[in-house]
Amino acid sequence: MRWLARLPLSLLAGGGVFALIAFAALLGPAIAPYPYDGIDIMARFLPPGPAHWFGTDEFGRDVLSRLLHGARLSLLMGIGATAVSLLVGVPLGLAAGYYGGRVDESIMRLVDLLISVPPILMGILILSMTPPNPWKTAIAVGFIYVPIMVRLTRGVTLEIVAEEFVLAARARGERPWYILGAEILPNAWPPIIVESALRVTFAIMLGAALSFLGLGVHPPASDWGLMIAEARPFIVEAPWVAIAPGIVLCITVIAVNLVGDGLREVLDPRLKRGRR
Amino acid sequence: MSVLIFWATQVMPGDVAQMIVGQFATEEQVRAVRAKLRLDDPIHVQYLRWAGALLRGDLGLSLMMDRPIAPLIREAIVRSAVLAGISIVLVAAVGIWLGVFTGVRKDSKADHAVSVGMYFFISVPEFFWAIVVILVFAGYLGWLPATGYAPLSDGFWTWLKHIILPVSTLVTGLVAHIARLTRSSMIETMQSQYVTAARAKGLPERIVIRRHALRNALVPTITVLAIDVGLLMGGIVVVETVFSYPGLGRMLIFAIEQKDIPVVQAGILAVTAVYALANLAADLAYAYFNPRIRYGNAVAG
Repeated sequence: MRWLARLPLSLLAGGGVFALIAFAALLGPAIAPYPYDGIDIMARFLPPGPAHWFGTDEFGRDVLSRLLHGARLSLLMGIGATAVSLLVGVPLGLAAGYYGGRVDESIMRLVDLLISVPPILMGILILSMTPPNPWKTAIAVGFIYVPIMVRLTRGVTLEIVAEEFVLAARARGERPWYILGAEILPNAWPPIIVESALRVTFAIMLGAALSFLGLGVHPPASDWGLMIAEARPFIVEAPWVAIAPGIVLCITVIAVNLVGDGLREVLDPRLKRGRR
Repeated sequence: MSVLIFWATQVMPGDVAQMIVGQFATEEQVRAVRAKLRLDDPIHVQYLRWAGALLRGDLGLSLMMDRPIAPLIREAIVRSAVLAGISIVLVAAVGIWLGVFTGVRKDSKADHAVSVGMYFFISVPEFFWAIVVILVFAGYLGWLPATGYAPLSDGFWTWLKHIILPVSTLVTGLVAHIARLTRSSMIETMQSQYVTAARAKGLPERIVIRRHALRNALVPTITVLAIDVGLLMGGIVVVETVFSYPGLGRMLIFAIEQKDIPVVQAGILAVTAVYALANLAADLAYAYFNPRIRYGNAVAG
């Protein structure tokens, strides 16, 4: 257990909270006290109390149960989107950094083009063309972050390609994909992982914002963004319906941010020497 | 950079023109309108016609409102620009001030308090923040109107009242972002040798900070401010929707809901153009603050 004590506090605290939320999301339907779409007209707008911890909404649906249900979609959005941006962005960045020349030029021009559109507009552009579906939102959000991943990976790759062990591998006559996979990629991971943590928070927020605008999941299914949007008409009469998902969203984002900061401390050797 | 803008604006409409293809597959009701608008022509013909009209300053007609888009967009852009302009000035002023304030007093109590606060504000999504301020200031306290817009001609106070909540919502997250960044670059700069040298000359701390440290510490901040303009535009879409503020963002969302493709095209084009201009402005400001890149290859990047 001693290695655990050496990890930065932010990583432990953030990781703990995030694990808790992820756990709750996984078990969601099993531990939810009511079905997420269970309508009970008699129990409309109940304030938080023993029967309904976070109260009920305009159809008498239990807010806690809907939160747990929405957690899956919101987390899926964050993690799925980041996975998509990694899967597409990292190979492109590796290729651009390693091959250089025309390959680099064409990939980077494409990236410049994508970056010239503000993220939320890109999301709107992609999502407004086709019917909504949570997976599609995740893919769209992930796609938005591909350029950032490409730029980062390319930068790291350029640094590593200049190292002697890459030269040695080339001299041995290794094939390019071996050099990329076995020599460069393992050394490129640290900054990519730190960036990924950051991307998860941005993706959760962007996904929630898109849902909030009505471009993500559709009722009666719900994620946190849509829950807040649906609660707007009666915000003054029943604030808990909007506040509960909002606070959970904030806690999640703060937790992932803490994880990112902690990872940076562990993985980025420059920071370790410098500021602390 | 100039190459990038030229290239991006040249290719961008192509993307939007492709959107019509997606539209064809899902929408049945526009069939009649489609014939009228000659939307059944091959994509490249349509695109050329659209791009040609665009070059003449003609954005086409709104499908829903049957009015020319250009004046609609112009009105909306002015309103959004007011919102964005006030916000970005506030973000720069408050963010940089907070960053310098905490950066100079590293590890003091005030620094810790502000830093924790910033950490929190950076994690609050705009749309939730909007709901909270509406609830508190419009719902419970009743000081400010929850939504809507009043033109300046209705009187300064009425106008101001309608704009306070949207602006404060837009600003909070970005201020935190800028303050954190300025703080860390300020801390770094204060440890540099030229700051020590300036202190050794016996200059008062105030002048050391303002004339020697700040100018260099601001270089990364300015780059990020440009990125924040992009974030701000995303925020504006959300904030205008929540506060029913009739700007470009709300118009865009409305057009999407109504499947009013020409308005969507024009809106996205307008936003992208503004975004590109913001990036250009940032590059110029960057060169101004950092003489090292003023000469040499200004074209690169």
